[in-house]
Amino acid sequence: MTPDPAPAAAPAAADATDPLLVVDGLSVSFATEEGIVQAVGDVSFTVGRGEIVAIVGESGSGKSVTAMTLMGLTRSPNARFGGTAQLGGHELVGASADELRRVRGAEIAMVFQDPMTSLDPVYRIGDQIVEQILAHEKIPKAAALDRAVALMERVGIPHARERLRSYPHEFSGGMRQRVMIAMALSCSPQLLIADEPTTALDVTVQAQILEQLRTLRDETGAGVILVTHDLGVVADIADRILVMYGGRIVEQGTLDELFYDPQHPYTWGLLGSIPRLDGPLGVRLPAIPGTPPSLLNTPAGCHFRPRCPEAFDRCGEMPPLVARSPGSPGHCDRCWLEPATKRAQRETDGRIGLRTEGTVIA
Amino acid sequence: MGRFVVNRLASVVAVLFAISVLTFLIFQAIPNGDPALRLAGRLATPQQVQDVREQWGFDKPIYEQYGKTMKLILTGKVTSYTQQLNVLDEVRADAPATISLVTGAAVIWLGFGIVFGLLSAISAGRWLDRFLTVLALVGVSTPVFLLGAVMLYYLGYKWHLFPLGGYVKLTDDPWGWFTHLIMPWTALSVLFIGVYSRVLRSTVLDTLGEDYVRAARAKGLTERRVLVKHVLRNSMIPIISLFGLDFAAAIGGGAILTESVFNLHGIGQYAAESISRLDVPPILVITMLGAFAVVILSAVVDVVYALLDPRIRL
Amino acid sequence: MTTDGAAQGAPVPDHPATAPAAGEPVLEVRDLEVHFPLRSGALFGRSRGVVHAVDGVSFTLADRETLGIVGESGCGKSTLIRTLARLTDATGGEIRFRGEDITHAGRRRLGPVRRELQMVFQDPQASLNPRKRVGQILATPLRLRGVGRDAVAGETRELLARVGMNPEHVNRFPHEFSGGQRQRIGIARALALQPQVLMLDEPVSALDVSIQAQVINLLDDLQQEFGLAYVFVAHDLSVVRHVSDRIAVMYLGKLMEVSPASELYSRPIHPYTDALLSAIPIPDPRRNRARTRTVATGEPPNPIDPPKGCRFHTRCPLATDECATTAPPLRDFGGGHLAACHHPMNLSAAAAAPSSPSAASR
Repeated sequence: MTPDPAPAAAPAAADATDPLLVVDGLSVSFATEEGIVQAVGDVSFTVGRGEIVAIVGESGSGKSVTAMTLMGLTRSPNARFGGTAQLGGHELVGASADELRRVRGAEIAMVFQDPMTSLDPVYRIGDQIVEQILAHEKIPKAAALDRAVALMERVGIPHARERLRSYPHEFSGGMRQRVMIAMALSCSPQLLIADEPTTALDVTVQAQILEQLRTLRDETGAGVILVTHDLGVVADIADRILVMYGGRIVEQGTLDELFYDPQHPYTWGLLGSIPRLDGPLGVRLPAIPGTPPSLLNTPAGCHFRPRCPEAFDRCGEMPPLVARSPGSPGHCDRCWLEPATKRAQRETDGRIGLRTEGTVIA
Repeated sequence: MGRFVVNRLASVVAVLFAISVLTFLIFQAIPNGDPALRLAGRLATPQQVQDVREQWGFDKPIYEQYGKTMKLILTGKVTSYTQQLNVLDEVRADAPATISLVTGAAVIWLGFGIVFGLLSAISAGRWLDRFLTVLALVGVSTPVFLLGAVMLYYLGYKWHLFPLGGYVKLTDDPWGWFTHLIMPWTALSVLFIGVYSRVLRSTVLDTLGEDYVRAARAKGLTERRVLVKHVLRNSMIPIISLFGLDFAAAIGGGAILTESVFNLHGIGQYAAESISRLDVPPILVITMLGAFAVVILSAVVDVVYALLDPRIRL
Repeated sequence: MTTDGAAQGAPVPDHPATAPAAGEPVLEVRDLEVHFPLRSGALFGRSRGVVHAVDGVSFTLADRETLGIVGESGCGKSTLIRTLARLTDATGGEIRFRGEDITHAGRRRLGPVRRELQMVFQDPQASLNPRKRVGQILATPLRLRGVGRDAVAGETRELLARVGMNPEHVNRFPHEFSGGQRQRIGIARALALQPQVLMLDEPVSALDVSIQAQVINLLDDLQQEFGLAYVFVAHDLSVVRHVSDRIAVMYLGKLMEVSPASELYSRPIHPYTDALLSAIPIPDPRRNRARTRTVATGEPPNPIDPPKGCRFHTRCPLATDECATTAPPLRDFGGGHLAACHHPMNLSAAAAAPSSPSAASR
């Protein structure tokens, strides 16, 4: 609601010749009994056609709220929104309920985290896919059913024609997620939002679903926003990453920029805290001390400051999200440290991580 | 499905047996319950009482008396002690009033319960919800006899809008049947509307938080379609089970107060009279009828469940 | 910590998965079997089959060792650990704690053993009584251990401090803490009885990445300090590999492979382990791209009616007729690395020759 004076992530937006989605200064707050929860603040980014942009963060980072807000799914009497989000010619944040309804499911579609609970248990799979097609297009039901079969075959569901008549509980978790993807694709959306699409699935199935998403992106040229906490998934499939913390984007850049030249101490901490399958054994994980901030009455300044071993005086003021290295204009971060200091501070035991000493009281 | 039918039939038999034994024993244990004294009349000599006792078999062991009574019930020959009329004929004569009352009221309470519950849930926290909440509380806490009396006094006696009680057969005069029943229907359904709207409100609120409702919105469906097709249908399951039991209980004599207030001679009133006379056979028959209705309707409820939710198999 | 031994030679069906540890094993499990009958209906129920949750699992756990157990949903890992903690009854086989058979030990005999085998659950929210203060939650096991009335308060504070919490918080309720802090309380409660073994059932799965690393480090410290042995169950192979000395890979109730942590990633022997490793993306884009990955098709079959022969043969790229008929025994391939496979992969020449007749016969 009160956008920071800091310039928005303009460089990335300007670079892309024809961005599909332009989010500018998005903020979302909820009035609760305890006070105002500033869930998302000053979030600006773009998604290009055929681009997979990952939003990474922990619970409470605002990553899901950002995605849900683009779909208008966070609208409620106690929610306040600020900023804009333009998809094609449509404004999403300020859209009326009816405009939004026509965009949802048609121009922008969503795949949710838990396929076990995201399909209505009492309707047949086919009817649920057809329902979405008929909500947006005036075609005969038979034609919609044919399209449903084609979609199911496309996402790798065998015997699609027979399975139209199945109920969700007759499908495995992986198959249900395929149904969700088929449904999301049913009106050829320009933008697909996948909110933790593989978190509830087994790893072997996760690999299949990620492969599926990549193929579909290549075939349809749709832009994809992937919301996840799993940096492995990000490394596997994303083109660009936004790291969110405490409702703000703290760093954004390409895959290589974020993984090999991370600028924000929170990104270092995140990269350091995950045990890797190919990592060294018998070493301590450089964990981030403390706990994520409450979004209720957040103090001024950098939200990561209370957990940051590098914090200094200037961190009492919120740093802007700007590019700091001349060579990579799309690589922006919200940290006051000098790039040289960052490079020196982010190594622990020869790998990237947050330097911390001693036991930290949680 | 076959197994389901067999299961349900077995439970009908088991429940009817248990409930009849219990009822029979209760009236044996009630002080001053000796039917021979009542049958013989107020001025009877001890000898006359003894004669009646032997004639009716009240001196036999309890299980024999029970067996005899049950045999009479099942063959349709049982008569009441006091009036010596065939109980089943009486019940048959009283049934239309009760069935008309309860069925009509059920339609009203289910309809209003659903509408109020849904409205309340989607306006949760706002004035409409608060208003409906207060209304439901008033409905639940207003006794039928008070509401009935007030309606009779104002709508019937003072303003002559509706007839003052009594029952007109549907086959004789459909309009008369309808006008005579409007007040009793309302009186009986008010309590249930209150209860049902509250139950539905909370299940709808739960369902609104389900992932598949969010997913349905994400598909671009209209809010109306989301509410009716996805939210309401999934919220109906607890309502259906409540409805089955309430409907059965009302048929089996539970509408006793409404029948009395509006002078509808139905099964409830027959039960009330029989209890005041400690007349065991009608009480036994009505109790068993109620139990039978409950078991059968709970089977119907299960079938409806299976239709509503494909995950449930019979 | 990794136990390294000279076990080798032909199949060891009698005593598989033995860690040739310095000292007697804390826990010995032999041919453990947990089958659940599936019934429908309350009164006239009929049996609908048997869930083979755990089917002939054998291993040992040495002092101060961490044995990790991984697998996909339905593999029986949670049932296994619950059975070890005697929260579920075994239907076959035996569990020995320090040589004593506790498989069917009754309440009285189990009492002292339970004290030594403590469990930490996945969801700290659900496993802490919401109506009790932290002090009360910890005081119960302390009193059970025989700590005097006056000493309880002091010990409670000490325990809290030991798991990295503020000892001043003894009077708070579980809901006043974050997920990570609640898991610390769960660990403190288990420690209160001074056990020898902690059974950890997905202890960090519900936690955010940064908090997960803190808890992993805490578990590591506690193990060093108190000489604990851990059985660590999780679905996240990267986490399990990081914390474990040895890792048991389960699939549909059976052990597929038991590997020293150091060899798991570099030398998987069972094709299932290989598929599992392949499916997990590494949070390092360049290395991730450089990997050759074989994604397993399909999803794990139903444990009610598991496949005959090797349970993985329906999804295995190397499966032959033999795999469909004969279940391979768990055999030692050298260095305490065991696998149950007719077509083992990645065998070093030395290990392959003597101990793998099926590989030789191919």
